[in-house]
Amino acid sequence: MSQGCISSDGKLSERALELIRLFLEKDKLTDLEISQKLKRPLFQVRSSLRELCLAGILEKVEEFYRITEKGKSYL
Amino acid sequence: MRIGDQAPAFEALTTMGPISFPEDFKGQWVIFFSHPADFTPVCSTEFLSFAQMKEEFDKRNAQLIGLSIDSNFSHIAWIMNLKEKTGIEIPFPIIADVDGKVAQLYGMLHPGESSTATVRAVFIIDPNSKIRAIIYYPLSCGRNIREILRLIDALQTADKYGVATPANWVPVPQTWEFTEENTKVIVPPPLTYEDAVKRKEQGYECIDWYFCKKSLK
Repeated sequence: MSQGCISSDGKLSERALELIRLFLEKDKLTDLEISQKLKRPLFQVRSSLRELCLAGILEKVEEFYRITEKGKSYL
Repeated sequence: MRIGDQAPAFEALTTMGPISFPEDFKGQWVIFFSHPADFTPVCSTEFLSFAQMKEEFDKRNAQLIGLSIDSNFSHIAWIMNLKEKTGIEIPFPIIADVDGKVAQLYGMLHPGESSTATVRAVFIIDPNSKIRAIIYYPLSCGRNIREILRLIDALQTADKYGVATPANWVPVPQTWEFTEENTKVIVPPPLTYEDAVKRKEQGYECIDWYFCKKSLK
């Protein structure tokens, strides 16, 4: 099920863009850091992260998330 | 489903987007509760009470999740109605369990009470996704939200200090504030359009056509 981060034509929602813009400030972030920065519930952030990772926009390395080259193309 | 079991996993659509349970909630306490139906008065009082006490749940690192066998559109319409009529926003997700699969998985349907509506079940699930407490209330009786908070306090205290808590235990001395408002009862909602139209003229205290209270005095 989609969190609504990515539309059927491949565009990112404002919510998804807000999330990936965080990686302009810091290379890697945990889900908890993202939740705190965006002031969004942790479960909702985790759901968005899952969708963005599946789309190849973010990648998870251990407990951290990083933006991919594909992800950078959206910024 | 029993105390001590791992919470069964499922994926669901909620009013705050899709969730993967319990994966998305690891590291938090979860109060996973069912209600019989949207746009019903007792459930409305419970949701408003949960919403008003959200900060207390936050302080305990506890996330609320509601569920009923209603669609997401119904949930959204209901919580928008509550916001419009009371000014109170429902700040937690409500699962749209249209096919009743999650309700079946968690034993929230009790055919002796209702074959189509979930009872008022509460599952308290710890940060390791283990079920730590289960409460069931019938359709006719709204839950005491302070008791749910007290139960979380008791579980967290037991875990932290390796103790057990006695009857009527509370973490700090307190007087629960019950007012005249708490003595009022719900008027069963109208079952026809005609009755719904007339409801507001019948002298009850109504928030909306389906949500009226009266005093028994």
